[in-house]
Amino acid sequence: MVDWLIEPLQYGFVLRGLLAGLLASAACASLSAFVVWRGMAFAGDAMAHSILPGIVVAYILGFSLFLGAMGAALVAVVGIGLISRYGSLREDTAIGVMFAGLFALGILLLSEVATFQDLSHVLFGNILGVSTADLLAMIVVVSLVVAAVGLFYKELLVTSFDPAHAVAIGLSPESIRYGLLGAVAVTTVVAVQTVGVVLVLALLVTPAAAASVLSRRMSTIMMLSVAFAVFATIVGFYASYYLDLSSGPAIVLALTLIFVLSWTAAHLSRKPAGADR
Amino acid sequence: MPQRILYGGQCTIPPSADEPALVVSDVSFRYRSHGVDALKNVSVSVDPGERIALVGPNGSGKSTFLKLIIGLEPLQTGTIAVYGHHATACRHRVSIVPQRSIVDWRFPVTVRQVVLMGRYVHLGWMRRPKRYDHEVVDHALERMKIIDLAERQVGELSGGQQQRVMLARTLAHDADLLLLDEPLNHVDLTTQELMFHTIEDLCSEGKTAIVSTHDLGILDVHFSRALFLDKEIIADGPVSEVLNPQTIAQAYGFRFHGREEDKKWSTG
Repeated sequence: MVDWLIEPLQYGFVLRGLLAGLLASAACASLSAFVVWRGMAFAGDAMAHSILPGIVVAYILGFSLFLGAMGAALVAVVGIGLISRYGSLREDTAIGVMFAGLFALGILLLSEVATFQDLSHVLFGNILGVSTADLLAMIVVVSLVVAAVGLFYKELLVTSFDPAHAVAIGLSPESIRYGLLGAVAVTTVVAVQTVGVVLVLALLVTPAAAASVLSRRMSTIMMLSVAFAVFATIVGFYASYYLDLSSGPAIVLALTLIFVLSWTAAHLSRKPAGADR
Repeated sequence: MPQRILYGGQCTIPPSADEPALVVSDVSFRYRSHGVDALKNVSVSVDPGERIALVGPNGSGKSTFLKLIIGLEPLQTGTIAVYGHHATACRHRVSIVPQRSIVDWRFPVTVRQVVLMGRYVHLGWMRRPKRYDHEVVDHALERMKIIDLAERQVGELSGGQQQRVMLARTLAHDADLLLLDEPLNHVDLTTQELMFHTIEDLCSEGKTAIVSTHDLGILDVHFSRALFLDKEIIADGPVSEVLNPQTIAQAYGFRFHGREEDKKWSTG
């Protein structure tokens, strides 16, 4: 059994892949509770798609794909902020416009320069293509995101629950919101490497969705989310290695299975479903 | 110039007994998105210890008035001073029980966590609540008789219990000027009595409360002063003086006699 687990990790690129997967799932899952309960699923999905042109431009110009993706994420966050702030449009409309435009630009650029193989790696992830430099950058980003959630936990709680009280005590719910959007954006960049643009949403939403049907306590939801995401990543990773499956979909399916199991368990034991609206 | 203290900044302004709790001077407000005037030339002065009912129909600007005091809407014209200082200069001094619709009741926080939010203003960035903060929270929960609900998710509570949670948060905040926006909606009578009892106690200790309501029946029992608002101030004074058919008619935009108007009266 142990040999079976250790065998793949003898190869450096496989070990790096597993570490990258674990980092991405931990970061996504630590934001997941806020994404789910603040209704930011659409924003998270949009972020994942919006970074595509950044990745492609970095690929063409030959610099770090990670930095390219970060740049595009920044453009998306600022763009969404500007459109929804200085206009009469709702934020989800602003997100929709930026999301579609940037994703289309990315597809167009990609089809000019890359093969189908490259395209599928970006869209569905390539967990085994993580370089040491990428891994180091991921460690930095993920540490920052997890630390930020811990340090600003009470401010995230109060702005989510009661923005009027937040303003009355001198906080800016809008700044906290953009901070959270920024954290989602950089986390997305990390996760794209492992599950791809199309499936990042699963890592942002499913862990807390599964946890929320089991508990109504924020701290429990957050801890369960991280545990679920990490477990699903390990399961998906080994399934992909031994059964020769694509890693991204394997991880997401493992996560979905966890959701189905928790949902069923919660409903069989007649516990109230936390995520119900 | 107005001094603005950010979240968690320590309040260094000493309390001054002779300053009014609130001075609103010539404040007008227009919602840019609708282009509608919400408040016109409103001026009010409130002394410490007063219990004021802010009365008017829906859309009369009651919520806007309270939002301007806490800074939830930006001040466009006029000035607002709290205890002689700019409204945002001392966050510790002002607390709000917001309208129910602003709060996301489904959000997974417990009653205790919500009441603890009243202590955040004293903590600021990156500081965790200490033993004293937890004691204050326990005391507030006991005072509002919801200590047995402390570990429940707030969304599971009844409307009355939820308002007790919000008032407990205000107690934990330990503010001097208490703003309550329509706190009586969806509230049972026991809770209503407990809320007024608590507010009366607080005001007798020198705190000041402004409660927006459209329930005219409670004015003379629970308030020392009433402020009738319909974008501008219609009447302002002791409840016994301003609570009369003329004022009510003016605030609610109808006369008492005539069939057309009777209809409006009955639909509230």
